[in-house]
Amino acid sequence: MATEILMPALSPTMEEGTLAKWLVKEGDTVKAGDILAEIETDKATMEFEAVDEGTVGRILVAEGTEGVKVNTPIAVLLEEGEDASAAEAAPSAPAPEQQATPAKAPAAAKAPEAPKTDTSPDWPEGTETQKMTVREALNAAMAEEMRRDETVFVMGEEVAEYQGAYKITQNLLEEFGAKRVIDTPITEQGFAGIGVGASWGGLRPIVEFMTWNFAMQAIDQIINSAAKTLYMSGGQMGSPIVFRGPNGAAARVAAQHSQDYAAWYAHVPGLRVVQPYSAACAKGLLKSAIRDPNPVVFLENEILYGRSFEVPKLDDFTIPFGKAKVWREGTDVTIVSFGIGMTYALEAAEKLAGDGISAEVIDLRTLRPMDTDTVIRSVMKTNRCVTVEEGWPVASIGNHISAVLMQQAFDYLDAPVINCTGKDVPMPYAANLEKLALTSTDEVIDAVRQVTYR
Amino acid sequence: MPPRKSAAKPDVSADELKQYYRDMLLIRRFEEKAGQLYGMGLIGGFCHLYIGQEAVVVGLEAAAREGDRRITTYRDHGHMLACGMDPDGVMAELTGREGGYSRGKGGSMHMFSTEKRFYGGHGIVGANVPLGAGLAFADKYLGNDNVTFTYFGDGAANQGQVYETFNMAALWALPVIFVIENNQYAMGTAQKRSTSTPDIYTRGEAFGIPGEAVDGMDVLAVRAAGEKAVAHCRAGKGPYILEIKTYRYRGHSMSDPAKYRTREEVQKMREEKDAIEHVRDLLLSGGHATEDDLKAIDKEIKDIVNKAAEFAKTSPEPAPEELWTDIIAEVAPQNA
Repeated sequence: MATEILMPALSPTMEEGTLAKWLVKEGDTVKAGDILAEIETDKATMEFEAVDEGTVGRILVAEGTEGVKVNTPIAVLLEEGEDASAAEAAPSAPAPEQQATPAKAPAAAKAPEAPKTDTSPDWPEGTETQKMTVREALNAAMAEEMRRDETVFVMGEEVAEYQGAYKITQNLLEEFGAKRVIDTPITEQGFAGIGVGASWGGLRPIVEFMTWNFAMQAIDQIINSAAKTLYMSGGQMGSPIVFRGPNGAAARVAAQHSQDYAAWYAHVPGLRVVQPYSAACAKGLLKSAIRDPNPVVFLENEILYGRSFEVPKLDDFTIPFGKAKVWREGTDVTIVSFGIGMTYALEAAEKLAGDGISAEVIDLRTLRPMDTDTVIRSVMKTNRCVTVEEGWPVASIGNHISAVLMQQAFDYLDAPVINCTGKDVPMPYAANLEKLALTSTDEVIDAVRQVTYR
Repeated sequence: MPPRKSAAKPDVSADELKQYYRDMLLIRRFEEKAGQLYGMGLIGGFCHLYIGQEAVVVGLEAAAREGDRRITTYRDHGHMLACGMDPDGVMAELTGREGGYSRGKGGSMHMFSTEKRFYGGHGIVGANVPLGAGLAFADKYLGNDNVTFTYFGDGAANQGQVYETFNMAALWALPVIFVIENNQYAMGTAQKRSTSTPDIYTRGEAFGIPGEAVDGMDVLAVRAAGEKAVAHCRAGKGPYILEIKTYRYRGHSMSDPAKYRTREEVQKMREEKDAIEHVRDLLLSGGHATEDDLKAIDKEIKDIVNKAAEFAKTSPEPAPEELWTDIIAEVAPQNA
């Protein structure tokens, strides 16, 4: 019986890809393990193998086609004795690389359009902008800073020859060479410590963690060695180093690979903690991080890497730490978030607007220092606040904001602050449970309705 | 007891011998004074004395040159004095005063001097090993031939990150000397109870790092081994391991009841192996110094230590505003 070959998901967060090249043609006989095609994802170009034997009946998607959605039929495989006409009635088969239907992360919904109102623009009015993904923005920020300062180098697992596990360091090896783009062994505590030592020795290291989950192996070096030394040395020596990498849940990678460290690191004096949402923020803040004389924990997000945003065309675009961004002005409620939480916040605000509820949406961007002034000013206007984050509820960033508002804007609050957070459980693998463990646009909408009594 | 001979017999001048005697004696008298101040309640928290191990740092500093760096763990007073840091500033840090190297905010275990290229003073056992390799990484990157002395103990030698660092240091040929100060006890646990093989210096073999054991009670043997290791690193041949067999006379910290070893064991080391007595014998028997010469040195050291103690007692406590300084740097610190 003829089977359809479907566009495979070749990474946990892949939603679509480019069918770069067919290595078979119609009529070819293939057996399991033969390479059928090369598929380009947002991270890498990968070979796609046959899992069954048969004859390639029809090729449904021509090579060079971009944006082919996962699970789209791309070819039909015929069993022995069948002819091409059987291809017409071929039933769907699961994508060979991944037997289960890949679940989309809830956050993978279409990114909301950039709001029109920005009360505090990050670049001069009239500046030309271009569409750029968060991935491209981070890459450009590192490349620009490495061109500017010879002491800046990047080290981590797969950053050089592999071009980055998530392609954030793509092409840096080619431009800057192996001295400045350094593949490390899998040894987070060791290379984090070497990075901190190098920062004391006069260099400006960027240490990439393949994900922040693995940085728990290195958290002693980040906190005890990097964050505290300026203080312990009476100001003699600090640690100008950036630790960066993807943070938080990706999609279907379960408990040990899905954790938001925002609250963990925001707790620590001596650190800067950044969690950008848009490409422009990612670029401007990463450039600031590399120049900063302090250790910076830079929390990226795998799901956001492929999202596109407008980024200013400026030779040297930086964003200062400790300045929140108001993405959307509103009068009825203040929604405070950061990082991928912004996708829920903005989507909720858009939907609520349709119901006549006007939400102001604030992106904290940096968690240490945290721009609570902007939040307080907003709550003085709206009298209500909902916070949104992916991390766990106990001792969360939302808890901190609630406390600040209680202390500094108590008389302005017309309702208790609600914290939308990830659930108080390790991240489950099952698609339905994972969805339940994360916060969501619906939860944010419900919370807003509660605090606005509408 | 006849004077001990130095196994290494390096070419050493009378002036050098006198210098080593002086430097080791300074550490010993300083530490005795620190112990005294601790007993008086002027020094708080943890205080780990270096008494007995003086030949290690003095011998290795004799092999170092301007530009080299050093980093160690929490038993760090000796390292600071040996690299030329001011005893007043070290002692005042022990008492938590404004005149201390960290203005009273670091204490015994956390002191630094970028001027003397001393990078701490680290309280987390083993954590300073990758940090030391990172300093060496910076030198290699910057294209100079400085080396970094990375000191740690036989206890730290069992930490995983030490081996992560051995691997990368060898892989990248970093100019780092791993100095294992084996004083035979990881706090209260004898080496044979904590460490699967007796010779820690051989643990570099798996990574292709040469190592050797050194008599740490003989300053000349330490210097000779240090010179060999330094030459190896400066020549771009990568890291080197020195396991220096030494002995601490005092407890792990001031609060150590020392039930894990006998009084006789300590007494035997002091009587037969003491590094300062050894140099004293060499000076006297070689006719390089008279009893009076040595008495003059003793007096000079006593004065330095008394002055440091006086400074540490009279330097004011840090101003309350110091609580809030040095958390975040506004401008780039002058590291390097």
